[in-house]
Order: sequence, then C-alpha cells, then structure tokens
Amino acid sequence: MCENSTSAVATIIDRYAGDADMLIPMMQDVQSECGYLPQTELKELSGLLGVPLSQIYSVATFYSSFRLMPKGDHTIQLCMGTVCYLKGADKISEAIQKEFDLVPGSTSPDGKFTYSPINCVGACALAPVMVVDGEYHGGLEPGSAVKLLHKIAEAGPADQAEKKPAAKKKTAKKKAAKKKAAGSKKK
Amino acid sequence: MSTVGTKIESVKSLQDYREELLAGRDPATRCVRVCIGTGCTAKGSLAVLEQFRKAADEMPGDAEVVESKCTGCHGFCERGPIVVVDPGNVFYHGVQEEDVAEIWRETAIGGRVLERLLYEDDQTGKIATTPDEIPFYSAQKRIVLAHNGVIDPTRIEEYIAAGGYAGLTKTLDSMQPDDVIDEITRAGLRGRGGGGFLTGRKWRSARRADGEPKYVIANGDEGDPGAFMDRSLMEGDPHAVIEGMIIAGYAIGSSRGTIYVRNEYPLAVKHLTAAIEQARDLGLLGENILGSGHSFDVRINRGAGAFVCGESTALMASLEGRVGEPRAKYIHTVESGLHGKPSLLNNVETLANVPQIIFNGADWFASCGTEKSKGTKIFSLVGKVKNTGLVEVPMGMTLREIVYDVGGGIRDDKQFKAVQTGGPSGGCIPAEFLDEPVDFDRLTELGSMMGSGGMIVLDEDDCMVHVAKYFLQFLKAESCGKCTPCREGTAQMLEVLTRITKGKGREGDIPLLEGLGELLEDTALCALGKTAAYPVLSTVRRFREEYEAHIVEGRCPAKQCPGLFRYEINAEICNGCRLCAKRCPVDAITGEKKKPHKIVQEKCTNCGTCFDVCPFSSIMKV
Repeated sequence: MCENSTSAVATIIDRYAGDADMLIPMMQDVQSECGYLPQTELKELSGLLGVPLSQIYSVATFYSSFRLMPKGDHTIQLCMGTVCYLKGADKISEAIQKEFDLVPGSTSPDGKFTYSPINCVGACALAPVMVVDGEYHGGLEPGSAVKLLHKIAEAGPADQAEKKPAAKKKTAKKKAAKKKAAGSKKK
Repeated sequence: MSTVGTKIESVKSLQDYREELLAGRDPATRCVRVCIGTGCTAKGSLAVLEQFRKAADEMPGDAEVVESKCTGCHGFCERGPIVVVDPGNVFYHGVQEEDVAEIWRETAIGGRVLERLLYEDDQTGKIATTPDEIPFYSAQKRIVLAHNGVIDPTRIEEYIAAGGYAGLTKTLDSMQPDDVIDEITRAGLRGRGGGGFLTGRKWRSARRADGEPKYVIANGDEGDPGAFMDRSLMEGDPHAVIEGMIIAGYAIGSSRGTIYVRNEYPLAVKHLTAAIEQARDLGLLGENILGSGHSFDVRINRGAGAFVCGESTALMASLEGRVGEPRAKYIHTVESGLHGKPSLLNNVETLANVPQIIFNGADWFASCGTEKSKGTKIFSLVGKVKNTGLVEVPMGMTLREIVYDVGGGIRDDKQFKAVQTGGPSGGCIPAEFLDEPVDFDRLTELGSMMGSGGMIVLDEDDCMVHVAKYFLQFLKAESCGKCTPCREGTAQMLEVLTRITKGKGREGDIPLLEGLGELLEDTALCALGKTAAYPVLSTVRRFREEYEAHIVEGRCPAKQCPGLFRYEINAEICNGCRLCAKRCPVDAITGEKKKPHKIVQEKCTNCGTCFDVCPFSSIMKV
C-alpha cells in the first residue's frame, strides 16, 4: 500500500467508519501494512480524518509499539518481564545488542533486525522468551539467542511477519510444511 | 470455526438450541483436546494439532467418531504442549509431533493409556492418568477457568453446550437491572484487576449516573510483567467475558461495549474477534437480544504498548485516540469517563465471574473465600517454582499451599526467599508469612497487594535490591511523564538503586529511598505513580539487611550483583578441561591441562562466562 497510499489510507479509515476515536487502530493498520508509520501516510491520515498531525505524532511517539522508521527483515521482541529478567533476559539483551550493533528500538546497520525489548509477552513458563517474527523461542541464554538469530538471518527475510498472529516452533513449522500437501483442516 | 447461521430470537430457543447440541452428542465420542494457548503454541502445539486433525481426516468411514479440537490454556504451561484424550480425561504432557501417531492409535482409537507421556510426580514417583490426580490441579478450584482446556474457544456452540449464556438468559428472562446489581453486590465480588473495589457498588454508581450513552469497558490491558491470567481467559474462554459484558450492559443500561486488549496478545484478539462475530450471528449481540428489548454490541481496541493504559482514565484517553495520560479523578469514570459519559470499567476476569454468579446465585459464590474476599482468584504462578503456570485457587488459601502444594515447591530444591505479588505496584512477601491466607486485605496488610494476580516466586539466588531495581527500571520507562513526582521520582530512585547494586551505595541511601517513596505515594497523580515506590519500600522493609550489605560491606548476599561477589574455582571438582580458560574474555584463568585451574582475581571482570560454561559446576560464587 505504501506506494499507492491515497486509496489505502482511505480504506483503513472506512474500516472504522471514519471514527476519529479509532485513530490508534488505524495507525496500527497502517503500521501492519507498511511495517512502520511513513510520513506520507500519517499526513494523509491527518488530512482525511481531520486530526492535527501533532496529535498523530504525539500518539506515535507515546506508544512503544509504533515505529517511525522502516523495520529490518526480522523483528526481535525480547521479553523483559519480571521472570525473564530474573532468568537473565538483561544478559541476552546485552549480547544481542553487542552482536548485531543494535540499541532498543533500532534497526541494525545491515537492515537485518529491528530490536524491541517489550514488557511481558505473558509466556512466563518459557522464560526467558524472545519472539522473532511472531515465533516464540523459550529457555534461551545469551549464546543460544545469538546463535538462533544468526540462523534466522541466514534464512533470509521474513514475509510480512507482523501479520502472522500465532506462532509455530521452528522445527515444527518445517515439518508441517512438508506435510502440507496432505489433508485439509477439519472445520 | 462455527457452523451456526440463524439468529436465536428468544430465551426459550436458546435453551432448545443447547439441548439440541447436547442431544446431538454421542457420549462415546472420542475426542483429542490440544492446548493452543500461547505457552503450548510456543512449544509446538499447533503442529501437534495439525497432525491430529490430519489423523482424524484420514480415518476410514465416519471420521466424527474421533474428534480433534483445540482448546484454551490448561494452565500447566510448564509441561506443554498438553493433550487430553476423552473419554477418560487422559492427560499427556510434553507431546511432540512424533508422539501423535502413537497417541492416535493407542489412546484415541484403542482406548489404552500411554504411560510414557503421563505426568509423574517428582517427589512420590506416582503416575497420574487424569488431571485430578496431579497435585498441581487437585489443589485448585477452577470456576472461572472451568472451560479453559475443555471447550474449543473458536466455536460458540461449545460454550453454549457447556452451559454458556445461561447466566444471560436468566438475566433477561427473570431479572430486573437492579436485581442483577443486588446479586453481584450480595456475592461480594471485588475487582480482579488490582484495586479490589466492590463490583456491585461500581455497577450501582454506573446505573445511577446521568448521561447517554453509557459504556461498558473490559480491561484486558494486562500490563503487569509476569502476569497472564487475562490473556488465557480471553484466549481460552472469550465468550465468558462477552457474556459478562452483556449482563453488565443490561444492569447499568448500556448498549455499547469495548474490550481493550493488550497489543502483545495477538491470539486473544483473534479469539475475541471470532467470538464477537459468532455471538452476533446468533443474535446474542446486537439489537433486541433474545427478544428482550436489550441491545448491546462489543468492539475491540488493541492497546499500543503502554503500561499506564491499564489505569482507567489513561485507558479511556487511549480509546479516544489520544496519548494515554491519566487525569486527576475528582470525578470517577463511572460518572464521567469515555467522552465524558458514564463508563463502567471492569477487568476481564471480573466480568468472567459474572455469568456464573448470576446463574448459580450470590450465595453459591460467597460460600467460597474469606470474609471480605469472595470466590476464587487466578494467579500466574511463575518464577523459581517447579510448576509454573496459571492456577485458580479459593481466596484465603495460604501462600504455602499455593507455592508448595500447587506449585510443587522451589526449583532445584533451593531456599524460598519471597513471593512478589501485585506487579510493579506490589511488594515482596518473605518466608515468615508463608502461612498467611491470600486475600485482598491480608496482602495489603503485609505491605503488598493482590494486584491483577501475578505471583512471582523468588529463591535464595535472587537479590532483592536487584528485584527492586528491575521494577523501578520498568516504571521509569513506563511513566507517562505527566506528573513530576512520578517522572522524576522514579528516575531518582532508580539512580540510587543502580549505585547500590554497583557497590557504590552511600550512607543515607536507604532513608533517601524511603523519603522519595513516601513523596511519590503522597503526591503522584494516578494510582500507578502512587504505588510506584512499593517494590522498593517493601523490600527495604523486609530485606533491609540486604540493602545494608550492599552499601556498607560492598557485598551482594544473593551473589547476583556483578562486582559484589567473586568467582572461584573449586579445586576438588575442576579437572582442568580448559574450557573456562579458553572462553574467558580477559584471560583471567590460569592452570595446566588436567589440573585444577585458578581465577586471577585482579584480572577478572565478573562477567560470569566461566560459571555458565563449566560442564562440571566447579565455578563457585563466593
């Protein structure tokens, strides 16, 4: 949509019947389609919705899930919840930042990873947890986390990872793909 | 997904529909239930489910003889993926794709139990076939979570067949709005989101408030780190939340509902969205529900990653498309909330209690719990406990019962140190209070709070100053910045805590922290700011000697703060494998091959690499 934005922003606004209350959901939709919040789209949104650009900008910078810069091929969300922290998430964070030249909220210079530490993904039984492109990886330590990310980087860019709501385990996904040909889902 | 298409137009037809669903069920139907909660999904349950569905599809003849379905979280996330086979309620844990064929052949078709996948009790060695035989489950009382793990949350028929929407039919059929409020009041239900305010009283205020339209808002912005009760409810039993909202709407005279869900919970959004659509299709949401004249509809708003939006006024600002900054509450949101209209905000767990209270009656609900805290509470029992997961226990159960009976005790049989409750607004409760009953008032008296239900177990390796620092880091980052005490106070407290954990604490730092904490409590704008210092104040109160050890002796008693303890090699265990010496980034480890090594303390930077890599655990923290 980002190339052909006029109609797409209008479509998103229509989705919420032009209700300015739904500004945040609209911005979420823009982000999920563009991967971030491009200036052109935000100006478009401001004009069509009649909401000052300053308000849109304040919303975009207040909420941690909004990004004003393009994201990398892969999105890393490292859980910084209490349990993950106590089990060493801070050390994983340090290791990832050092290895891939990242700071929280940034994209690596090679454009491979966007890194966002997040508060809690609520998967405490797996702590420490890292969500990469929507897939949950648990029981990590600094070494294995870095190794996993290298492996993911080698595999190439994720396709619109943000759209995938649920997650599959890495190995499971491969196997499932092999068997995809057989049988349709029930119900 | 659901197969229902026609609208149900009266209470009687819904009852008939339920009976029809039940009659259509063959009790002999074999059924495989696979948990697809976030915990199990992360461990690969979707692939397991797919395999089971494939197996069901490939069955010769009538495939419906064996059904494979997905369910919400069973709670025992520690042991996922969890698969339960009916009849017999056979409970398998840690199921992988390669186990599917065998489970299908032996248990689903053959009715035989596979012993290798059953739960075995660590202590007694006893093998459990059904959940009831597992201490983790048998010590619980699952009322709100009763459907979780049993029904398929993506199919409204299953909720209805399990007795769902019966609370709503009773409401619409035989109760006036005031009767509903009386029932909730008499039940003594208190808000599950943190404050513990009496739900009935809140509803009454919302009913009496002037203004149109009125709003019912379900708070699913579960921001406390280490808590996932609401997530599992929204994922595993979304209709219970919706039913609770419709009843609340009827009671206060509102036709508009909103569920505010945390952005980090994509599966909850998916299940709620499907649930709302199905409820609309059946006519349980929309105009003139079941011919009663009551209209109600629900929309979903996703949060955008701001902890402060769990606070009522901030949440409503967010719903209006603005930044989530709280306002002073001279006027409560029940009178002037969303768009200045009366707005009833309840936590999703509170709402999920409502249908059951209405259906079973206030007395039934009030028979469980303590004098002022009725019913059950869901806790996410996490941290250094053996059985991590989601547990629902009656109010008044002791901490010891929760940690040791349900939770199975401390991992690696270490020493229990404290349990942190109430999230960033709560506190730490030390071992001497393990036998205290858990309810709203007792936890507050102990200097902590019920909060939304996070229960994080800490052991001897956890440094309490470090824990306090964690929460302050969290709160400093999440402070919205509107009021100075919170914005600056949390930053200053964090600075003091940081220097303490680096061994640079100063005399007078403890009173300084206490002073700042009291200042925050007295002057911050919203409840989150007022309680922001509690993690510090409660650890100072209960573990003052740990703070003093850091400041005065430059020592971390839990050996967690780098630089405040040393690493040494136990010469009796070390066999000179050289692994640590190779990995040490500063070449601080010396020694000959196959002979015990030594750490040169002057060079050591305390990075802990040797401790992590030693395969023989010969590195000690001293």
